[in-house]
Amino acid sequence: MSQSNSSGITAPRTAQAVDARTPLDTGTRWRLHLTGLAAFLALWWVVAAAGLMPKAFMPSPADVALQFIKLTQDPFAGYTLQTHLLSSIGRYLMGFGLAVAIGLPLGLLMGWFRTLDAIVTPLFEGLRYVAPIAWVPFAALWFGTGIGGPTLIIFAGAFPPCVVNAYRGAKQVEPYLIEAARMLGLSSTRMITQVLLPAAVPSIIAGVRVSAGLGWQSLVGAELIVASSGVGYLMVKGQSSISTAIVMSGMIAIGVVGLLIDIGIRQIEAAVNRKRGRA
Amino acid sequence: MSDIVFTNVARTFKRDGQEFPALKEINLTVRDKEFVAIVGPSGCGKTTCMRMAAGLEFPSSGTVSVGGKVVTAPGPDRAVVFQQFALFPWKTVTENIGFGLVANGVAEMDRTRRVADVIKLMNLGGYESAFPHQLSGGMQQRVAIARAYVLDPQVLLMDEPFGALDAQTRVVMQEELVRLSRVNPRTVLFITHAVEEAVYLADRVVVMSRRPGMIREIMDIASVRTSDNWDRFEKIEDVMDQASFVHLRTHIWRLLREQQAPGDH
Repeated sequence: MSQSNSSGITAPRTAQAVDARTPLDTGTRWRLHLTGLAAFLALWWVVAAAGLMPKAFMPSPADVALQFIKLTQDPFAGYTLQTHLLSSIGRYLMGFGLAVAIGLPLGLLMGWFRTLDAIVTPLFEGLRYVAPIAWVPFAALWFGTGIGGPTLIIFAGAFPPCVVNAYRGAKQVEPYLIEAARMLGLSSTRMITQVLLPAAVPSIIAGVRVSAGLGWQSLVGAELIVASSGVGYLMVKGQSSISTAIVMSGMIAIGVVGLLIDIGIRQIEAAVNRKRGRA
Repeated sequence: MSDIVFTNVARTFKRDGQEFPALKEINLTVRDKEFVAIVGPSGCGKTTCMRMAAGLEFPSSGTVSVGGKVVTAPGPDRAVVFQQFALFPWKTVTENIGFGLVANGVAEMDRTRRVADVIKLMNLGGYESAFPHQLSGGMQQRVAIARAYVLDPQVLLMDEPFGALDAQTRVVMQEELVRLSRVNPRTVLFITHAVEEAVYLADRVVVMSRRPGMIREIMDIASVRTSDNWDRFEKIEDVMDQASFVHLRTHIWRLLREQQAPGDH
């Protein structure tokens, strides 16, 4: 400890970019994004071209791209890729929407009413460690392979972060804000909608973002097993006809949509921050 | 008539199964439109007194009543100004000030007018659409005071409202408060640990002792202020130069100093 001052261990920082908290400018960021993607594609191409595995098991980026385009034109497993995607997105919106619509109010109410908190929390804490995929047997038995079964599984994935973050957001409201609101004469209902909810918004948005991601991940798991359409279903059918290019096309579609969902939620977050004077 | 009456108020709290007295034998009447400041060492329970008048805490025995009614809950007839300002960070200045009016179902036209009036009164013009985090501490506390005043409460409860402000801002706000209480007198219970602030602002100063918190002495300031005509001065430093002011201040300081427990600084 006593020697650290003279040893010169801490080298002077040469560039600002060394500091991880300094944001990169947009141009640099995009160049880096594209570099990462290009490096990945190059590595993939090298591995595929090296012929370590049979071509049918390890298609090259070009093979997958061609297959991807073909899937958008010729139906596979009953539908084109777009139709499969739309079917997946429909289920996703159902499951995710339900998770948000039930989870956020429940979390806020649990954060305000101690009795409800005491009743629900043990049950919830137990159930949330059950992986969404574990609900598959019940999803299939209760709701079948239409829209209901997968919806339940997506819901199981997306629900916990909504509840947890709304609850935490409500619990972390500064006590003096609640007291100030009570002195202003706020009723309990208004306290939840006009103090707890807006105060919890940053936490809620973070939760919804995690929830959206988990929901989308669960969707594919659900469709692998309990569906007769959708991207997951397309991938299973691709697997059974030993077309790895089709499976990879499905993976790409899932990744791109997932990315778009996240971008969308970040836009909402930015809009909320702007509205609150925190650009 | 809106007086605040503490009758035989005591407050105990439990720790590790043992009961500790926090407040004992508090008997105090803040008369209608009177400005009373409570000073005392930290931990003497002065904030608890204010919170009991607000309805945010309750006595273990005895009663606190406001305007003849025993306090059982918070309510907009009593406005509180908190040390931490307690502004809603997602609301603009106008929205913060108008929030209590919205909660109490005041119609929009009436609301707009009342908010505009109090914005003018508190010199907040030009900041209507700013958010709290965009304002200085002094401005934030102006908004908090405006939010309290707009409800036209009969009783104002202030818990070290200037404690978080820097020295200069503090002086400005003290002068503002004097101006406000001349234009718009209210029954005020003001909690502070700053002796000069108490003497400058209050009609009477209550000095408390601690462990258990009890009233040590109640000093009449208003009669000295009138007989020595402090109001001829506009600035706080001129008032603080008066021999009568210095005398009161020193007396309170001595009372507080006697309470100092060994090891305190």
